[in-house]
Amino acid sequence: MVTRVLIPSGALGLGYDAEALARGVAMGPDLIAIDGGSTDSGPSYLGRGQSKYARASTKAEWKGLLVARAAANCPLVIGTAGTCGTDSTVDWLLDITRECLGELGQSAKIAVLRSEQRPAEIAAAYDAGRVAPLSAAPEIDAALISSCTHIVALAGAEQIAAALETGADIVIAGRATDTAPIAALPLMRGDHAGGAWHGAKIGECGALCATNPQSGVIMIAFDDRGFTVIPLADGAACTPHTVSAHMLYENADPFILHEPGGHLDVTGARYDAVDARVVRVEGSVWVPSDRYTVKLEGARVAGYQTILMATIRDRRYVEAVDQWCADILRRHSARVVERMGLTPDDFTVELRVIGKDATLGPIEARHVTPVEVGVMGIITATTQERANEIGKLLNPFLLHHPLTREEEQPTFAFPFSPAEIDRGAAYEFCLNHVLVLDDPMAAFALEVVDA
Amino acid sequence: MPELGAVAQKVRSKNAGPFWLTLDIFCGDAAAYARVINGLDTARVAALFNVPLQNLRRFDIADLHVVKISLPRPAVQGVAADRDMHGAGWAPLLAEMQID
Repeated sequence: MVTRVLIPSGALGLGYDAEALARGVAMGPDLIAIDGGSTDSGPSYLGRGQSKYARASTKAEWKGLLVARAAANCPLVIGTAGTCGTDSTVDWLLDITRECLGELGQSAKIAVLRSEQRPAEIAAAYDAGRVAPLSAAPEIDAALISSCTHIVALAGAEQIAAALETGADIVIAGRATDTAPIAALPLMRGDHAGGAWHGAKIGECGALCATNPQSGVIMIAFDDRGFTVIPLADGAACTPHTVSAHMLYENADPFILHEPGGHLDVTGARYDAVDARVVRVEGSVWVPSDRYTVKLEGARVAGYQTILMATIRDRRYVEAVDQWCADILRRHSARVVERMGLTPDDFTVELRVIGKDATLGPIEARHVTPVEVGVMGIITATTQERANEIGKLLNPFLLHHPLTREEEQPTFAFPFSPAEIDRGAAYEFCLNHVLVLDDPMAAFALEVVDA
Repeated sequence: MPELGAVAQKVRSKNAGPFWLTLDIFCGDAAAYARVINGLDTARVAALFNVPLQNLRRFDIADLHVVKISLPRPAVQGVAADRDMHGAGWAPLLAEMQID
C-alpha cells in the first residue's frame, strides 16, 4: 500500500513555502508530519521546559498546517512539541492549537502523547539496572538523575502509532525521535520497515535533502519495497546525491540509525533517479533489537551565570591580551576570596577573548593581531546573587587594569551599563542513556481531547 | 601542501546530538576525493583537535566523494566550558589544515 507523508519543513518555526504545501495537499497525503524539536540549541530549553521559537511564529505556521490538514482530510502529527517535548511545551502547543481552531472555526479530536518522566522514577529505574549508557555518556548516579529539572523519553513509532490509532485529527507529541512521526503510519500500514525508517530520516529535515533546502516542503511516498522522495517547491530537485548525502546530517554514523526497538542499516541502500527531480530508494534494512529501549534526555542546573563584556582597541593591550587576562583573573579571584569569604571551588571565572580564539580556545591554529578584541567575562556560581556580586568585583579590572604599575590608568570600552548581565540558570545535559521498557507505552501517557 | 579547504568543495561541522560532533568533507569529484583520502592523515586531525586518535571515527564514502569524521564532544554541548553550542567552529579549523 502506498503511504504518502507530507513534510512541510524541518521544524515548526522555521517557515515553509505555502504554495508548495498546497501542491502537496492537492496530491492527497495520508498524513502531514512535522518535527517541533531539537537539542541543537542547547540544554536550556529542556532545562526550563520552554520553546526556542517565538509563540508568534509557531502559531502562524501551525495555523497554516491546521488549514492544510482540514483540506487534505488526513491526520496532522507534530513530534517534540515546543523544542524539548516536556509536558509544559506540549501544553503550550495545545493552548496554541485551541486558539487557532477557535479562530478558524474548526473543531478537532486531538491526541496528546506525553513523554516527560519523573526524575525520581528514572533514578529508581537506574538503581534497578534499567538505565543503560550510550556511547560517550556522562557518568551518572541516582542523585544526579534526581537533580534534573526535566527528563524526557524519546517516543518511537509504537507510541506515535498508538496516538494515531485513537482516530485523532491532530497528534501533539512530546519528545519523540525526529523520524518516528513520519515512520509510524507507513509501518502501521505494513510498508517496508527499512524504507519507512530510512524515508523518515531523509524527510525529517524537510527539503534539506533537495537542491533548494530552504524551500521546506517535501513528500515521501512509502510502499512495500522502499520509498520515493518528491520535492514540492518550484525549482527544487532531489538527486541520488542530495538524498543519500542527507544520511550524513547530524549523524555520527552515516549508515546506522538507532531507534526504539531496533536500528536502521542503509549500507545496502540503492538511490536511483526517477527523473530530474524525484528519487527512488530501496534496499535499506530494519534490524529489530532483542529488548525495547527508549532514549532519555535530561537537563539540570549547573549554576547561575553573570557575564560582562569589554572591548579593547589599544594595540599594546590587544597584543598582550592573554597576559592582561591572566593577571586580572589572579587578582580578581584573590579579591573574591578575601571580600566575599568564598573559596575558589565556589565559583568559576573565564575571560574569553573574542577576535582571538573565542570559538576554539586552546586548539585555535591561526594567530594574527586583530584590530580589537572583546573580552567576555563569564562567571558561574551557586546563586545568581553571588554570580552578580562576583561580576561587580570583576568590573573595575575590565575597566581600568593596567599592564604595568608605572603607566597611567587606562580605560576600556564597555558596551552596556550596568556591565553585569545576569543570565539566570545555566543548564547542562546530563543523560545520554536508554531506558529499558517491557511495554513501549509504559513510559508514555496518551490522552484524547476534543477541541 | 594545500589547505584541505582548497581541495574539497565544502567542509561542515555540526552536533550529532549533545555528546558527539561530526564533520563532513564534501570533495565534489573523484579526483578531489582521491587527494583527500590519501592526503588527510587521521592522526594529524586528532592532533589538531587535541583528542586521542582512537576517539575519531572516520568514514571514507566513495559513492558521495565524502570523508566523514565523528568524535565525542571534548566539552558536552552547553556546559560552561563549551564555546560553540552548535559545533560550527570545527569546520574552518579542519578546512585550514594542510594535507599531504
